[in-house]
Amino acid sequence: MAKRNLVTILVSCLLVLGLSWQAFPADKKPYRVGAVFAVTGGASFLGEPEKNTAKMLEEWINAAGGIQGHPLEVIIEDTKTDASQAVLAVRKLLQKDKVIAVVGPSTSGESMAVVPVMEKEKTPLISCAAALSIVTPKSEMERIEKAKSFEMPKIQRKWIFKTPQTDTSAAEAIFDYMKKKGITKVAIITVSNAFGDGGRQQMKRVAPVYDIQIVADERYGPKDSDMTAQLTKIRGTDAQAVINWSVGPPQVIVTKNWKQLGMKIPLYQSHGFGSKRNIELAGGAAEGVICPLSRLVVAEKVKESDPQKAVIMKYKTEYEKRFKAGVSTFGGHAYDAIHMLADALKAAGPNKAKIRDYLETKIKSWPGTGGVFNMSPQDHTGLTKAAFVMIEVKNGDWAFAD
Amino acid sequence: MKRKDSYALLVMAVLIAIFPWIVAGNEYFISIVVFLGINSIITMGLCLLMGYAGQISLGHAAFYGIGAYSSGILTTHYSFSPVMAFFLGIFFSALVAYLVGKPTLRLKGHYMAVATLGFGEIFFIAFNELTPWTGGPSGLSGIPALRFFGKTLEETAYLYLVWGFVILLLIFSLNMVNSRVGRALRAVHGSELAANAMGVDAARYKVQVFVLSAVYASMAGSLYAHFVTFISPSSFGLMPSIMFLMMVVVGGAGTIWGALLGTAVFTSLPEYLRGLEDYEVLAYGGILMFILLFMPQGILQRMQNLLNQMKQRVEKSP
Amino acid sequence: MKPPRSFVHVRENSLKMSLTSQIIQFLFSGLNVGSIYALVALGFTMIYNATSIINLAQGEFVMLGGLIMVFLTVFLQIPMYLGLILTVAAVTLLGAFFERLAIHPLRNASLLTLIIVTLAGSILFRGIAMFLWGKDPYALPPFSSSKPLHLWGATLQPQFFWVLGITGLVLLGVWFFFNRTLIGKAMTACSFNSTAARLVGINVRKMVLFSFSLSAAVGAIAGIIITPITLMEYDRGPLLALKGFAAAVLGGLGSGGGAIVAGFLIGILESLGAGLVSSGYKDAIALLVMLIVLWVKPSGLFGSAEESELKKF
Repeated sequence: MAKRNLVTILVSCLLVLGLSWQAFPADKKPYRVGAVFAVTGGASFLGEPEKNTAKMLEEWINAAGGIQGHPLEVIIEDTKTDASQAVLAVRKLLQKDKVIAVVGPSTSGESMAVVPVMEKEKTPLISCAAALSIVTPKSEMERIEKAKSFEMPKIQRKWIFKTPQTDTSAAEAIFDYMKKKGITKVAIITVSNAFGDGGRQQMKRVAPVYDIQIVADERYGPKDSDMTAQLTKIRGTDAQAVINWSVGPPQVIVTKNWKQLGMKIPLYQSHGFGSKRNIELAGGAAEGVICPLSRLVVAEKVKESDPQKAVIMKYKTEYEKRFKAGVSTFGGHAYDAIHMLADALKAAGPNKAKIRDYLETKIKSWPGTGGVFNMSPQDHTGLTKAAFVMIEVKNGDWAFAD
Repeated sequence: MKRKDSYALLVMAVLIAIFPWIVAGNEYFISIVVFLGINSIITMGLCLLMGYAGQISLGHAAFYGIGAYSSGILTTHYSFSPVMAFFLGIFFSALVAYLVGKPTLRLKGHYMAVATLGFGEIFFIAFNELTPWTGGPSGLSGIPALRFFGKTLEETAYLYLVWGFVILLLIFSLNMVNSRVGRALRAVHGSELAANAMGVDAARYKVQVFVLSAVYASMAGSLYAHFVTFISPSSFGLMPSIMFLMMVVVGGAGTIWGALLGTAVFTSLPEYLRGLEDYEVLAYGGILMFILLFMPQGILQRMQNLLNQMKQRVEKSP
Repeated sequence: MKPPRSFVHVRENSLKMSLTSQIIQFLFSGLNVGSIYALVALGFTMIYNATSIINLAQGEFVMLGGLIMVFLTVFLQIPMYLGLILTVAAVTLLGAFFERLAIHPLRNASLLTLIIVTLAGSILFRGIAMFLWGKDPYALPPFSSSKPLHLWGATLQPQFFWVLGITGLVLLGVWFFFNRTLIGKAMTACSFNSTAARLVGINVRKMVLFSFSLSAAVGAIAGIIITPITLMEYDRGPLLALKGFAAAVLGGLGSGGGAIVAGFLIGILESLGAGLVSSGYKDAIALLVMLIVLWVKPSGLFGSAEESELKKF
């Protein structure tokens, strides 16, 4: 009966070692870039368009002859929206596939888990997630959070960059607009996952800068079916507007509930609202909703003279043609990240340190889908609230809010 | 402890010792085995509870979380030493298990299952809501890595640390299972009424095993926190609880070795399915179904049966 | 000075709701979501009664009901009534198929294994749904109009009445089935003692099949009526199953009526908890109440203590 225990050990060993039996890389010529996206799991609305975009870009770049003749190979791994899986995926890409840089992960949580690995391996990471804390060392984050007045960080993690606009910028764009409209009291309602929490934290931090007071702070779960209780509570306060911060179905449910309750105060959404599908799903309830969006979402309406126009028109038309689905700002983050890497590779070759330097110093007035990027040693995000335009839903379509 | 177990343990220890050499320091593989070890600690504890004492726990990841958050919060916010935080985590887990266990283990079958489910969810919600301490849904980052005499424990050293725990706990568990206590637990599993009639205080044993399994999970949580240096509530919710349950049952709910096998299967399965993308959930569910349908007593039992059959065939042939 | 636009940016001070109308609003939303919990809990109870199994794939029946209805009525443009019948039929067949494929072969395995099989089933169904519909949410048009109605200071969508009404019809139908038809009584007999039932000639295996099919049908109906209000996507199932299971146990496993009352109760507790206490902790509040009830009365609100002693699990 010693068999039983040995069986366990034997089988377990075979399982683990069996993984090494998969093909090992050989060629040195292609430029290998790793990509970790949440293709499945709770954040798949992020990972799926990011994955599609990465594949599309890889083809384009290779069809145009690669980068200085070298083919680009983007190896995509699914993190399943799980931090441990993200760490494993990144380790695999670094150790097994020997990539020179990594794009992603899709969520802030996964990014935070992956940052120490990248820093230890001294490999550039361009995250596709929103939180400021991804690119900012913890001590610096604590310093600005405790500071008397609102501050942006001055120190950034050496090897970590990101392409999405920060939650901070989105909150700033909203409050800036609200201040112009004379709003001083708002209610916030956020989903209790990393996306919603990021927005919630930043809204609370940024509101005082615009002389706005948050009079209600409600939350709901990502799979909840009904938010009328929270909205009813908000209706009982003296809030002059309500801001919802979530992505996915809850955005639409909150919108429908807001309409159903006949609330008189305007509903603002986060930058996660930027998909036509949300307007359709809300079935007319979305009229009048205001949100900060990338110019990508309203690409056709953007002026020809806008520096982003060419990039966003190309991405939008090509993505929609190829994937038969509406373009998503989240996919755009991957678009920007891979393009930046491609530029860096072209200029600096497959050298991790040189790529990092390029990203930090040479990405200036760089038009992407998310905005016009200006990276610097103090700012590895490259974007400010100017990356957003305030949009209002009018007649079932986007329109610039006035 | 039985001889067969000692041999197996020895083989395991040797394999772990040389593993980093086999994979030439490849951190990807070492990380997988570290996670395997951490999960095994949890499933060993759960197996003692479910397989031997016959109680069900659908919220066990909460104890995993208590250990992880204790270590995380105490070492980052309050500068406790990791060792102190580790023991405090065990203390909190044990305390919660005792308080939760006493009323819950009185319940029967499905009622107990739902109660453990309820507690698990409540803790998950607490992890999510107590943002100033736990970081809320955005998680707690910057948990210090473990240092030994000034040097940070890298992957290989961490592997040895985690598996050192696994082996020690394995020895402890196997000893317990084959001792008077183990027999008492199995008596309780068989029939509480009979056990009580024989002088075994069923209620007390049940709570003790529950607390013990919580302590195992807490240790795993602390080890996890210092390894990934980032924790968030989603690792300690309903899905992980169910995952651990499946590891124990699918491997072979009756035995410790079965639980280890189940853990190995479930931890490495996603890595094998890595290339499948959208089909992965489908494949995962399908494989799970297949295992359950064709190996209803667990993988271990099935393999043993196969081996026995092969042995009989060999013996029968002239 | 330009007059302000209709509803935008108006200084809000006169339309604050009174506390009573707030509470009424909370009750309505509690009833709304509670009816789904009630139907899911009913599904759990029906299968439990015939088999002692907890079917953790129950939430997926709801999800599939909603998504298949979307497919039929929105994509294939089939009229609503036909779509409803076809959807319920399809999910019922799926439930039966699931029973044959996964439950029946394991009938001699341990109860725990059977419950895990239903878990595997739920993962499988989710994988299939993700494959067929992707991860996006889908909507159904409301059965009648979408113009909100006002009642006692609260506002409701007309769909709410459809939800309550159809839930009521389902409950009536199920009650009638179990208490007035032969098959229903046979199923009830199985739940008391399957050996005795077999001895009087009841085909227990068929009853098991029936119970899964019926539960699937009830789940599908729940999905269809709720999707116009809350949308549906591939992974809505687990949370519904969790709450439905909690409701079934709270009501007293084995008591269909108890399950339904408990379902509504949990919905209302959540809503009141969110509105009056804290929206972050609303689920915890409902669960805590359930735990307190179980602590005081371990066999649930309407469960009988003797019955739970007799049952093997």
